[in-house]
Formats: sequence, C-alpha cells, structure tokens
Amino acid sequence: MSQAAVGPDLILVVDRALARARAQGAAAADAVCLESDGLEARVRGEEIDFVSQARERTLGIRVFVSGPGGLRSAVTSTSDLSADAVDRMADATVALAKATAPDPTAGLPDGDFATDLPDLALIDPRDREVPIEARIATAKQAEAAARAVDPRIVNSEGSQVTTGFRRVAYGNSAFFRGSFESASHGLFSEPIARENGAMQRDYWMTAARRIADLEAPDAVGRHAAERAVRRLGAKRVPTGEVPVIFDPLTARSLLGHVAGCVSGYAIYRESSFLREQMGETIASERVTIVDDGRLQGGLASRPFDGEGLPTRRNVLVEKGRLRSWLLDSYSGRKLGLPSTGNASRGAASAPGVGTTNLWLEPGDLSLEEMIARTERGLLVTELIGQGFQPVTGDYSRGAAGLWIEGGRVVHPVEEITIAGNLGEMLRAIDLVGNDLLWLGATAAPSVRVARMTVAGE
Amino acid sequence: MSETAAPLDFFRERFGVDDRSVAATLGTALERRVDHADLFFEYATSDSVSLEESLVKTGDRHLEQGVGVRVQSGERQGYAHTDEITLESLKLAAGTARAISERAGGPGAVAVHPARPSRDLYPVATPPTEVPVEKKVALLGEIDAYARGRDPRVKQVMASVVSQHRVVLVAASDGTLVGDVRPLVRLNVSVIAADGTRREVGYQGMGGRYELARVLDPAAWRPIVDEAVRAALLNLDAKPCPAGTMDVVLGPGWPGVLLHEAVGHGLEGDFNRKKTSAFSDRIGERVAAPGVTVVDDGTIAERRGSLNVDDEGTPTQRNVLIEDGILRGYLQDRLNARLMGVAPTGNGRRESYAHLPMPRMTNTFMLAGQDDPADILRSVKRGLYAVSFAGGQVDITSGKFVFSANEAYLIEDGKLGAAVKGATLIGSGPESLLRVSRIGNDLALDRGVGTCGKDGQSVPVGVGMPTIRLDQITVGGTQA
Repeated sequence: MSQAAVGPDLILVVDRALARARAQGAAAADAVCLESDGLEARVRGEEIDFVSQARERTLGIRVFVSGPGGLRSAVTSTSDLSADAVDRMADATVALAKATAPDPTAGLPDGDFATDLPDLALIDPRDREVPIEARIATAKQAEAAARAVDPRIVNSEGSQVTTGFRRVAYGNSAFFRGSFESASHGLFSEPIARENGAMQRDYWMTAARRIADLEAPDAVGRHAAERAVRRLGAKRVPTGEVPVIFDPLTARSLLGHVAGCVSGYAIYRESSFLREQMGETIASERVTIVDDGRLQGGLASRPFDGEGLPTRRNVLVEKGRLRSWLLDSYSGRKLGLPSTGNASRGAASAPGVGTTNLWLEPGDLSLEEMIARTERGLLVTELIGQGFQPVTGDYSRGAAGLWIEGGRVVHPVEEITIAGNLGEMLRAIDLVGNDLLWLGATAAPSVRVARMTVAGE
Repeated sequence: MSETAAPLDFFRERFGVDDRSVAATLGTALERRVDHADLFFEYATSDSVSLEESLVKTGDRHLEQGVGVRVQSGERQGYAHTDEITLESLKLAAGTARAISERAGGPGAVAVHPARPSRDLYPVATPPTEVPVEKKVALLGEIDAYARGRDPRVKQVMASVVSQHRVVLVAASDGTLVGDVRPLVRLNVSVIAADGTRREVGYQGMGGRYELARVLDPAAWRPIVDEAVRAALLNLDAKPCPAGTMDVVLGPGWPGVLLHEAVGHGLEGDFNRKKTSAFSDRIGERVAAPGVTVVDDGTIAERRGSLNVDDEGTPTQRNVLIEDGILRGYLQDRLNARLMGVAPTGNGRRESYAHLPMPRMTNTFMLAGQDDPADILRSVKRGLYAVSFAGGQVDITSGKFVFSANEAYLIEDGKLGAAVKGATLIGSGPESLLRVSRIGNDLALDRGVGTCGKDGQSVPVGVGMPTIRLDQITVGGTQA
C-alpha cells in the first residue's frame, strides 16, 4: 500500500472540496473520496444466474461553521465528481451547516492523526488480473460440490462470487491527508435439500482480502450442503429452560449486539443497558472481546479511521470485565475520553462509531466436547428476526438448530424462539469453544449459555 | 416537476440523454442474441436533519446519480452500472452487460416510444428536498419540546425528518420509454423514558409520497409523538412475556407485517420460478382460512409502497395473492414473468441504479372481514394481544417466519391484561394463515414507515390488516 499507488485524482477531489468549503466560511472541514470497482456473479446449478459489474465514485464532505456556543455541522455526499458539482456540494454543505444548532462538542479530532501507514496486507495486486470467467468457475465448483454431497440436495438459491477493489482518500483542514487501497473477495453458497415434500436451505461462505486466502470452493459448497441436509426433518421442541450453544455463525451476532451497546453514542445517549458498567464484570470470566483495526489481512483493517486517527487494538471485555467503549472523537469528548480509533465513515453517511475486526477469544473445547457436556439442550445454527433491545438488553429471536439429549445431537429443530436478557446471557456463558471462525470482520467461536428460555410447543 | 413527462426532459437537459442515444445503447446490447435489454437512469437527492439532546446537531444532503444497463438471455442476466451518465459509459456498460450472451444477434436497431404513466399517484407542488431546511429544523425543536412536556419520565428524544426526491427513466428493447418522479418523506420519533433504574424505549413514525407540509402540521405529528411517549411509558410497567403456544389477536395496521413475512416474500416470482419457496407450485390450493383475502396494491395514492410504474417501467396494479383462502398469484418482475409464462405484475423493484430489479412487494394487506374487534378479543380465553411490531424475517424455503412485538398485552378471560415486552411470534408461512379464525371489520394501513430488505436491497413498502385472531401460534418470551 502506498499513496502513489492510489494516484492523485481522489486526493485532488478531496483538496478541492476542502478548499471550497474553507473559502465559503467553514471553520473546519473533512472529506472522503471513495472509488470502487466490483464484480458479482451468481451461478445456479451449471447456469449463470447473473453477472454484474460496477464502478462507483463518491465524495463525502463534512463542514463545521463557527457560531456562538460551538460549531454547527453538516454532511453531504455526491456521486457527481465534476468540479462544478463538487463546488456546489461544498457550498450546500456550508449553507446546511448554518441551519443547524451550535454544538460545543462538535469538531475534528484535536490532533494525533495517523503518522504511519503500515502495510496491513489489504490487497494482492495480482488479483486484479484474475479473469471474470475464473471467478465464475469457482461458483460453479461450489454448486457442483454442494449437489454432490447428498441426493437430497435438489436445488439452490445459487453460489455467488464477489470481488471488489476499493480506494479511499481522506483529508481534513487540520492538514491530514491519507489514502489506501483494499480489496475484498468472497464466495457464498446456499443449497436446498428436500425430503418428504419439505425443503431446507442453509449456507456457508468465505471472505478474504486476497483470493488466495479464500476457502476452497469445494469446501464451501460441501459445508453449505451438509448444513442444509442436517436440517431435514426438523421439528419443534417443548417450551422450557435449557442450555443453549451458539455455533460460530450465530455467536457472531451476540458480539454485534455487545458492540452496539458499548458504542460511545449509545453510552452518552443512555440507550445501552451497559451504560453504567465500565470496569465492572458484565460477562463470565471466559469472555474476552477484542477489536483490532490493524490485524494483518483483516476484512475491516485500515491504517487510519474515518477521522484520520490511527486504528489500534482495543480490548473491550477482558475476562468478563468491561474495559473500553468504542469511540470516535465526538462520542469520546461527550464522555471525557480520547477516541479509540473507531470512527467509521462511509462517503454517504455521517461519521459514527463502528467496529473493525471484532472477535471473541477462543477457549479450549471443541464443539463436539461442548455438545458432549450438554445433557439436554439446543445447538443454535440460525437466528432470524430483530428481537434485541439495546436499552434493556432484552433478547428474543427466532431460531433453528439441533436438539441435544444425553450429550449428543438427536434431531434438527425449527420454529422455536430463544429468549433472555443479553446481560444475563453474557454472565451465563459457561463454555467457550476453540473453533474461532473468520467469515467476515466479526468472528466468534462456539459459546454455551447455561440457561435460556426456548419457546416451542 | 410533478408532470410525469418531465423525467425524459430532465435527463435530456442534464445529461444529453435522448431517445436516439437510448436507442443506440440498447442497439449495442442487442448485437448479441438476447431476450430483453433495458436501461435505468436515476437522479436522486435526499436530505435529513436529526435531533438528539434537544439539539439539531447536524444535517445531511446526498446526490446519487447513475445508470444501469441490463441484458437478459434465457435465465441469465448481465448488468453493468456506472455513475457517469454519458453516451460513452453507456456503450461500455452495454458491452459488459451483453457478455452473458455468447450468440450473435440481429442488427441491433430498436426504436423507443416515449410514454407517460396514465396517472400520477403522488403529485407534489414542492419536492420535499426543496423545502427550506429551517422548517425541518424548527419541526424537530417543536417535537422535542412537546415530547418532553408530555411526561417528566421522558429522558431522551430522538427525531429525524428524511426527504427524498427521485427521478427515474426506464428504456427497454420492447420500446418502453417511461419515467417517474417519486417524492418520499418520513418522520421518525423515538423516546427513552426512565423510572428509577428502569429505562424503556418507544418509537413511532409516519411517512409517504406526499408534500412535506403534511408532516409539518401539528395535527399530524402530535399523535405520532403521543404514541412514541405512550409506548415508552407503557413498557416501563411491562412484564416479561410468557413463552409457549397460545391464541394471539393482532391489532389493525402495522401488524400486517405478518402478511409481509408469512406469505408475501414466499409469493415473489423469483423464488417460485426457481421452486425454492414453500409456496412453489401451489396456485389454486388453500393456503389460508376461508375469508382471508390478501392483496398487494401498488396503486394507492400517496402510500410509501406505491409506484406509478415499477423500476422496469411496468405500471403497478392491484394483485390478488390469496382470495378467500385460495392462492391465486405471485408477484412478478419481467424476467420471472417471461420464464413462468405469465404477465408482469408491476412488482419489479430495485434499491437504485446500482442494483438488479427483483420481484418485490408494494403495499400488502388483508381485506376486512365482518367481526367486531371487541368481540374478537372477548373470544380468547388466555392469549396475547399484539398491536405493534419492530420487524420480522422469513426463511422462504422452510417457510418459517418470525416477528417481534414492541407493544403487546396478555388476554385473560377475554379481557386485556398486563402489558408484556419481548414477545416474538414464530410460525410457518404456509400454515399460519390457516389458523386465522376471526377477521375484524377494521382494516387499517400502517403509518408509512416500512422498509423491506431482500438480497441486500432495501425498498419502501406498506402493510395493512384488520384485527385478526390466530389460533395456537408459538410466542417466544422469557417466562417458560
């Protein structure tokens, strides 16, 4: 990664927007310019379903205008990057900011912008030379592998490949300029199994910064098919309280809920159930949660965050104890704390707090051992619905999975819900698996929650 | 901008797009043997202002423009999109999109015929994005003061006004050339109430394809704020929801999200053409109790889910999906209609020019029945009455769906009991509507806040329903 590789054009757009905003009276400003080239293709069986190619460029501008009592701010974006359009948008941003209220907390970070641009292995230039046909061929391989697993794999929603190359340039009126290139590649397979007139789907996926780091297409198709087949014959179970094991795919969603509840915005808005628990024990001692924006090859790694501050490693929860919020400069100032380098910034969205590479540290048990230690309970392999309330921690979602009796899986389960309170669930995590699985920027091993309410028959 | 012929003029004046350049681009696509080719031009502006801590701290404004070129050959679709609306990038995109067809085609000549939609379901004199931002800022200030004045337990008020103005133009190889101008406004109000150590949230919103002035009217927004405050205060006293199978009464309006999840998605043409839906090959079969009629209607004036023409240029219509309990039809876009040998139904929708169209819902609702809603409640010995939902999700293939109540009450001996929180309903799409035992006479549509996600694409939708009773549905709560 180097600035030279990005080329001057995106930075020039940023420079133009900043200069124009300052000329219009902005006290401070920052701008981000993104360019992406993407390919997506889906194959069903042996046939191409669709091939889609895209090239997009977007400029995002944020300005601050001085006023009594603080800075007024506004955010705009445009996909028209002509000089005229950039000037007009910069003017409109300043005008819009003047209509908002002064906020004593608003402003760019006070300093400490990133000075190093470490090579985080975010792109393999050779991947640009991989022809579309070769990428589509991997989707066909995944389809074929899925259908070869079992004669009951009779259909699919397809296997999809994605490839994207992205360039980001960011600058602000405090003289920070930074840019980097990244890539992401993925393969997703979703086969359908049928038996006795009932159908079940499931999926598996792989994603990486380099094509060479993707899981083999055969394995992706095979895993997806095995997951779909094992759901055949699913039934409901009686309502009751049992231990619930989340597999790595579903355990990831718990981390997402925790991250939302330690975001600085949720804390100063008092809209998180964790708002008064900094430094306290919020989870069992088996739980350590880390966010690290500088993981080599990480799908959310980046040298600097959405405000130009260096990314870093933050331990959010250490052996059950809440150690850090996720902060950008604004939410940090609201709480009297420095930013944690977690400002997220899309071109078309206002800066906010986001996770980078987020994971739960693995334990030492295999999933099989966790099942063996469960006399009677549920292994959750899929969750649906939005039944999580961050203000209270109340949790209630639709689930599917496998039923455990006598320490082994006895049949698949569907049309049930699992419910509890996230605070109580975190404290009740009594087993953590050794199977940490990276399928995206958030990763978890299997975890067992000692007791949840399962609603079924 | 309200006249429907305007989109063609708009794209001609701004980008030099005319019927000849459109025809030439389609011609490039048609140099291979293809079944259909189309172009989708879009110019969208949006803005929003939001309030928290009694301050409108920031505003935002966005401009999105681009064109997508699509080619269909058999079941295959090739798509390329670009944010540069120039003849050169159009030709490049057409060349990319047609690559999915390997066979040479005809001479590539095509003529397009400018047409205007036969109606305008959402004329506005002033696009909502042109209303001075000061008015939107002032509204949020009034909402904040009003909400806090309702009850001292109100601790946080978050509110936003979102305005959109979208101009689209569709040109297709069958000669279609039609545009649409789509306004959209939305007000969101969320309130946190606290009492002792307990904190709860209440939410309400409104929106549609109409003048922003509608939202600025206190007679319109005050009831929205009242509802958000009421819901937050109610939840302060709510008890944990029981878990298990029980009779459930759903209130009118927004609980129609049941139809969206339980049957709507499963009736989309793509899943049924591929036979991946639990409703595949079931036209003519009973999928709901007698008396249950479900329609999807994109033609209701000013509704959030309505469109003059869909994103493939097909006029929207009223489609009967289930009639007196019998499955009658699917929701179709052009591709799936052609492959299934039926007519498109005006349900080809896309999030933007950067996305391929798919069959999607518009406004989906159940027609009213005969029953008095109060009688329906009285008919339940022990169960749950749910009147508001946070959202839902469905697994199309297994048919299992879920949706989460954010306002619900116990029913005991036909009377409303304590408020409960954390209720999640789960069921099986093809079976759940067979469990409808009573249908109220009080059909209502939602307030215009629904957004539907599918394959990573979000589109605005509406839902509606009268009060209904569902027998023996699984309710997920924490009290086993």
